[in-house]
Amino acid sequence: MAIDALGASIKRREDPRFITGAGNYIDDIKLPSMVHMAILRSPYAHANIRSVDVTAARAMPGVIDVIVGADVPYNPLPMVWPAGGSAGLRNNVNSPRILATDSVKWTGEGVAAVVAETPAQAFDALAAIVVDYEPLPAVVDAEKAVAPGAPQLHENAPNNVVFEWSVGDSAGTEAAIEAAEVVVRQRLVNQRLIPNPMETRGDIGWYNPGTEEYTLWMSSQTPHIQRLLVGIFTMGIPEHKLRCIAPDVGGAFGTKIFCYADYALVLLASKRIGGRPVKWIEGRRENYQSTIHGRDHITYLEIAGKRDGEITGLRVKTLANLGGRLSTIGPGIPTTLYARVLSGCYKIPNVYAEVTGVYTNTTFVDAYRGAGRPEATYVIERAMDLFAREIGMDRAEIRRRNFIAPDAFPYDNPSGLGTASGGAKIYIDSGNYEPALDKALAMVGYDDLDARKVEARLRGKYLGLGLSTYLEVCGVAPSKWIGAVGEGWGAAMWESSNIRVHLTGKVVLTMGTSPQGQGHETTYSQVISHELGVPVDDVIVQHSDTQGTPFGYGSYGSRTSSVGSTAAIKAAGKIREKARRYAAHMLEAAPEDIEIDGANYSVRGSPDKVKTLQEIAFALDLAFDAPVGMEPYLDETAYYDPTNCTWPFGTHIAIVEIDEETGHVDLVRYVAVDDVGNKINPMIVDGQLHGGIAQGVGQALWEGAVYDDQGQLLSGSLLDYALPRAAWLPSFELDETVTPSPVNPIGVKGVGEAGAIASTAAVSNAVVDALGPLGVRHLDMPYTPQTVWRAIQTAKGGQA
Amino acid sequence: MTSLAFDYRRPDSVDQALALLAEADPGTKVLAGGHSLLPIMKTRLAQPGRLIDIGHLGELRGVHRLGDGGLSIGALTTYSRLLANPAITVYGLLADVLPTIGDVQVRNRGTIGGAVAHVDPAADLPACLLALDAEVVVRSARGGRTIALTSFFEGAFNSVLLPDELITEIRLPAASGDYGSAYRAQEQPASGYALAGAAVVIGRSTGGGGRFDRAAIGITGVGECPYRASAVEQEFLSSGDPAAAAHATDGVLVASDIHADREYRTALIRVQVRRALEAAIERVG
Repeated sequence: MAIDALGASIKRREDPRFITGAGNYIDDIKLPSMVHMAILRSPYAHANIRSVDVTAARAMPGVIDVIVGADVPYNPLPMVWPAGGSAGLRNNVNSPRILATDSVKWTGEGVAAVVAETPAQAFDALAAIVVDYEPLPAVVDAEKAVAPGAPQLHENAPNNVVFEWSVGDSAGTEAAIEAAEVVVRQRLVNQRLIPNPMETRGDIGWYNPGTEEYTLWMSSQTPHIQRLLVGIFTMGIPEHKLRCIAPDVGGAFGTKIFCYADYALVLLASKRIGGRPVKWIEGRRENYQSTIHGRDHITYLEIAGKRDGEITGLRVKTLANLGGRLSTIGPGIPTTLYARVLSGCYKIPNVYAEVTGVYTNTTFVDAYRGAGRPEATYVIERAMDLFAREIGMDRAEIRRRNFIAPDAFPYDNPSGLGTASGGAKIYIDSGNYEPALDKALAMVGYDDLDARKVEARLRGKYLGLGLSTYLEVCGVAPSKWIGAVGEGWGAAMWESSNIRVHLTGKVVLTMGTSPQGQGHETTYSQVISHELGVPVDDVIVQHSDTQGTPFGYGSYGSRTSSVGSTAAIKAAGKIREKARRYAAHMLEAAPEDIEIDGANYSVRGSPDKVKTLQEIAFALDLAFDAPVGMEPYLDETAYYDPTNCTWPFGTHIAIVEIDEETGHVDLVRYVAVDDVGNKINPMIVDGQLHGGIAQGVGQALWEGAVYDDQGQLLSGSLLDYALPRAAWLPSFELDETVTPSPVNPIGVKGVGEAGAIASTAAVSNAVVDALGPLGVRHLDMPYTPQTVWRAIQTAKGGQA
Repeated sequence: MTSLAFDYRRPDSVDQALALLAEADPGTKVLAGGHSLLPIMKTRLAQPGRLIDIGHLGELRGVHRLGDGGLSIGALTTYSRLLANPAITVYGLLADVLPTIGDVQVRNRGTIGGAVAHVDPAADLPACLLALDAEVVVRSARGGRTIALTSFFEGAFNSVLLPDELITEIRLPAASGDYGSAYRAQEQPASGYALAGAAVVIGRSTGGGGRFDRAAIGITGVGECPYRASAVEQEFLSSGDPAAAAHATDGVLVASDIHADREYRTALIRVQVRRALEAAIERVG
């Protein structure tokens, strides 16, 4: 019997093609007669457009077409997740145009597009377009944007407010804070990030004049959803006339979930020029301005409790900067996916949060790896440290004191998911937080911390340790919750799978999910190998093309392993049942007497009477012996709608050393104990954790979008926006606890975001701990040397 | 993006290159390794009308010992080639710094002449060459001249090189006596260039533990171009005390940007200079 592939660290089958240049990314696709599009982007963050003159551009060499806003007959892009769902809370919605018409709201908003024979000719022609702008005052900071006298972006959004949303028990929390022995207050900034997938976005649009059908190749996480959003929502093209294909996608981190203007533009352009395919590839600087950003919260937190460490209340007020216009699900992130998980893994009886969405003259903000949950984890984990410091309690102890107890599941979080939905209530279904904490503390040698701080001081360093005992919600999501009017985005989130066992016994698994480098082709094969008893190499996985895959909601929110795999397992179950019935026919036994062991179907008590899945598939394909009423072929489709999200958790610990003279922060150790349930492929899980941790550390130490007051993006390229590098990071020390998720048959939870959700707070708490002896109790990220140096100088009463 | 169209010339010799430069087309740029020029052309920040590609000219490549014991480094010598040459082992500063510049690809393509000609305000190598008292040998169709590097840089991306001149070699004087050197820099984390970097060479020409009679300190990332911290050098020569680093920005307009404002950068370069001096002293023994 072959070794069970489920749970094995087998190498990713995708990697040979990815790392040898044999992948098929969007810019690798070259179609006959294909032409190239470039987009003219606004140099102003806020301006009215008086006129756009494309006469000279049209006369440039190689130029085939020039498109301006007035040429676009379509709707603005859809915004599908207003705050509070569609239940009636007022959202002052302004979503992006395909091309700007009368005004621009951020530097980088598209104003015109050129289609030319070569990319260089298209770029050259952009320079010949004359736009008469009337520059207007700009505002980039959310707090300034809602202040009196601020420049106003949209007529329908007074004071630049998109929405004012709240969750939890306002009066109860007020009373808890009033009655508390200790209340700690702090303003926190969770800075704006630029996501930076290795592959920027891009797309190819093709209108087939013969069939009047459209095909859109796109670097996307959600080809099925985009077929709806670009097609029927934006351009009026129904599903059966539009095919969306996501080829290999070189990273996304959430940025490729959304509906972007260029999708409609390449399709429109192809139709306008008679059906030549039109390619658009986003440059890196362009990506920094025209693909979504992440985070950007200003938060005022109050945490209340007793001197013995019991937390009794949490009140949070957050301004969420959503940019100049709203991205596809921008408002949903800082509301449902942030404020409803603010209390983390702690039992806090009174929680209240107010979130105000704000327009500013910046690039739109939407889901970026973790999407709301990193911001929530940052708030609650900083809050726990602040409270512990105030009452003089050990930081591990205060966490232990307030953890939701292991016997309290399913736990009903008073401000949690689903409380306002009118649909399904979502419980935290499982957890056991102390073992992960204990393990991490032991790994890091927590008891020796003080001695290490003393030793570091002798070397001119401040040493600090930070804890992050995070809780994540992922595996999104039950349609009964996410689709409910008062909460979610009014649509489903199930997944789909089709399995065909071909004549030779080889298995083709077709999925509605859509990878961006996670290794789905490997992990799904492992799951199906386990389910059907066939070798991993006998399974291939097809995905990411709306022609030939069942509808699926795509891959994001750490949902693929939980939701997608369960759909595949259900489809495999149907395959087994049909194979059992046919095996019974072949072996002249009753179906209930057929025993299944891997790929072997045998008669109970007669193990020599056996047919393999391959033999069954062969016979069912030829079908001359099929019994009356049995359909030929092993071909089954299943849909799966989860009953709950999944709830990974764990403890991350960072140790930093700070150079007291330069302010340079060195991350010297990183310990992570994660509970992501069972694992399909532990090596891939480790890889996801490594990447996520690095990304979260990046926010704490290096990353941050910087705009000037006129809305110019100063951190406009990789020369000024610092991404984490391997050489700056220690070897991560990973361990686990395993609390299988009760939601799905294999007990997995999802791990795409866990690292990024946990690590920012761990590093932040470590830096503040290091500076604690100087009297620093909080510092906003990123902890660049200058920021840390200035904090040290200020604390020492120096010149700064 | 892609660059604007340009006229491309590929001369077969230095003399041909000089003849092309003598045509004095103001839009002309010389292309060597291309690691600085090509990226800014692709973003269209630079839009030269003509490129003279000298990257293949073997006569500008290589390292050889001069009669006076100094070293001649051909302008097209890459960082990797220079690092692999045994002759640089006596210039400890270069042996320290070259492996830290950029990454493998940059070191395989980037040239010493290009680094000097480009005058990036924050590149590592120019500060080291300043501290080593390097000279720049240039030629034009009119003749040639040798310029002390201390007189070569004029400002950000600006030097005394005339439009018809080509850097052909960099010369380093012979090392003699007891020397110690060190480079200390803090990277701007996105670009890898120095936020503030200090290259120090100190020595005693007599040997044997007396006072230092030589101190050369090149600074990068701080001013509008790399410079010699002469106030620190003088103070150190008289005091022997690394605290002389406090003068690191005397007379310099310190740069300010989103990564480091003037106040922080000033504090930072003082620390780097002091640490480099301390390390160099320890190395001299």
